[in-house]
Amino acid sequence: MKYLDEYRDGAIARAVAAEIASLATRPWVLMEICGGQTHTIMRYGIDELLPRGIELVHGPGCPVCVTPLETIDKAIALAMRPDVTLVSYGDMLRVPGSHSDLLRAKAQGADVRIAYSPTEALKVARANPQRNVVFLAIGFETTAPANAMAAWEARREGLTNFTMLVSHVLVPPAIRALLASPQNRIQGFIAPGHVCTVVGYQEYEDLSREFNLPMVVGGFEPVDLLESILMLVKQLEAGKACVENQYARSVTYAGNLPAQRILAEVFEVADQKWRGIGEISQSGLKFREEYAPFDANRVFDLDLIATEEPAECISALVLQGLRKPTDCPAFGVRCTPEAPLGAPMVSAEGACAAYYHYRRHKECE
Amino acid sequence: MSSPSIVNLACPVPLGSGDTVLLGHGSGGKLSADLMRDLFLPALGNPVLTRLNDQAVVPVGESRIAISTDSFVVKPLFFRGGDIGSLSVHGTVNDLAVGGAAPLYLSAAFLIEEGFSMESLRRIVASMRRAADASGVIVVTGDTKVVERGKGDGLFINTTGIGLISSDIELSADRAQPGDVILLSGSIGEHGIAILAEREGLEFESTIESDSAPLNGLCAAMLRASTAMRCMRDLTRGGLASALNEIAAQSHVGIELLESAIPVREEVRGACEMLGLDPLYVANEGKLIAIAAPDAAEDLLLAMRSHPQGAQAAVIGRVTASLPGLVTMKTPLGTARIVDMLAGDQLPRIC
Repeated sequence: MKYLDEYRDGAIARAVAAEIASLATRPWVLMEICGGQTHTIMRYGIDELLPRGIELVHGPGCPVCVTPLETIDKAIALAMRPDVTLVSYGDMLRVPGSHSDLLRAKAQGADVRIAYSPTEALKVARANPQRNVVFLAIGFETTAPANAMAAWEARREGLTNFTMLVSHVLVPPAIRALLASPQNRIQGFIAPGHVCTVVGYQEYEDLSREFNLPMVVGGFEPVDLLESILMLVKQLEAGKACVENQYARSVTYAGNLPAQRILAEVFEVADQKWRGIGEISQSGLKFREEYAPFDANRVFDLDLIATEEPAECISALVLQGLRKPTDCPAFGVRCTPEAPLGAPMVSAEGACAAYYHYRRHKECE
Repeated sequence: MSSPSIVNLACPVPLGSGDTVLLGHGSGGKLSADLMRDLFLPALGNPVLTRLNDQAVVPVGESRIAISTDSFVVKPLFFRGGDIGSLSVHGTVNDLAVGGAAPLYLSAAFLIEEGFSMESLRRIVASMRRAADASGVIVVTGDTKVVERGKGDGLFINTTGIGLISSDIELSADRAQPGDVILLSGSIGEHGIAILAEREGLEFESTIESDSAPLNGLCAAMLRASTAMRCMRDLTRGGLASALNEIAAQSHVGIELLESAIPVREEVRGACEMLGLDPLYVANEGKLIAIAAPDAAEDLLLAMRSHPQGAQAAVIGRVTASLPGLVTMKTPLGTARIVDMLAGDQLPRIC
């Protein structure tokens, strides 16, 4: 497949890895923030191709993993209402809430459906006017424009049985929070290629300047990641700190302007809680006032749901790149994809699940 | 600007898995295996059932017969490349054939929801007949139950099959040995993607057809070509990865795959990329794997490739003594990763 095969080519990958090894004169700590990139690193064993000194730490860029517990609990509570059809992306269904998950709610009779896009949820709403259709709208800047579009379309059509439970997070404020943390070890950043496809990378230039840190907007295939790492190592070894775009086949400086317009029309920036990290100011999106009739948080009386999050696992440290999943005593023993203790073990893009699925053999050897 | 708070750890207590049946218990993955081990085997276990093959092989008088049963709950009922009728014949025929049996007779039970279209039923049964004729089996007994509207999902079909198995054939998932080779009969993932493309809420345009087909002809050709086969498995729900994990576990061996050797059609790869699925876990209904002694590989491959169901057959890996119970895969980058058993169904990803 064009644009995939050449970026998965073993010979090219090994050549780039060799160049990295020849250029790196000392250890560097790099973070990839996007869960899709973490997944590729684990699936293809990118870190095994790198010289020992280059350490990759995995950021909080799995949208499933950082969706707050109370959002999951609200979604389950909504799904259990007899008048509600809850539509969700597939991988949200196994994410544990305080006491249950959406798959179990479904087994108990809740009307929970999987969709690939919010427009499918709109179709369900149109086809079932007697049901209250709620779309669980989570994700980064990548899924936000499509979700905004669904709300815009619902408003245009005057749909009265469609709402969205929104939990959208924004990447740059999270990067700022990570870099500003006193425990920060990150010296170079692989910026998320898909997010930048939507929003461009102006904001990343601000971050790079603010923290004097090299950043490379990276793609998602093995060669993309190796090239991104090479570009970061070159900058670090030369003492430079700027933003470069490795993923130029998808990302432009200004990003996707129509997508940004629909985002701005439907949503506004708000404080947002990240599971495993806590509240980060101005790091999320909420509906603008005109879209209140489509905001499940306002349409349904949900704010009374209180959640308690017992400190059982180290996902906060993992999501901030301070610990590796394998540092956790529960990893693979009491915490597995069938019985996850924390969200990073649930989604294929979660750092813990990626280690579990692809790397357990390293411990057996 | 607030910085991340380390004290605000956000992890729930794990959810117990015992109280209700989940869809994942029927996925063919880990939850299915748990259900088997923890509930069915303690209650019903015996030396035949405990072997956990796709078919049971039992002596009757001087003969050995193979028995297998399968229920079909596919949605939609009609899809590119087949329907629930042809599927219900192929599924059971294949479960018998990969045990080395020559399938002979089928039973068919229909669980029909009140209000179901008679025309659809007629089409489905005609399709069963064609599939049975093509597979060389006959439907010799059946049962019909109608449930109240809303108490079923259109139509479910169960088929049970019986076949004869010759006395010198001993195929079982616990017989793989280090050094054996793994053969795959063709490209994977077509049935699962064909179904997904037509499922409500996920429709996408595709020309991918289900690979639903009878494998008894191919199996017979392979058995004629070599006596050094250890086991065969048809790849159904759970895909290639689940079948290999089961063999690795039951034979207490490691399995090492070569990613570049596994045939996946371009359209299937594209759909999987788009949907965030791994073709290794996507369902098939007309593909099998065989594990055989290394010196038999060439003869088997030749026999497979000269049969229409095995035209694209390939050696995709080998059995190892290291890492028993685990399936690993060499990536194009030369690194190795685990090919795990999934907990439940693969869930379409958000991005």
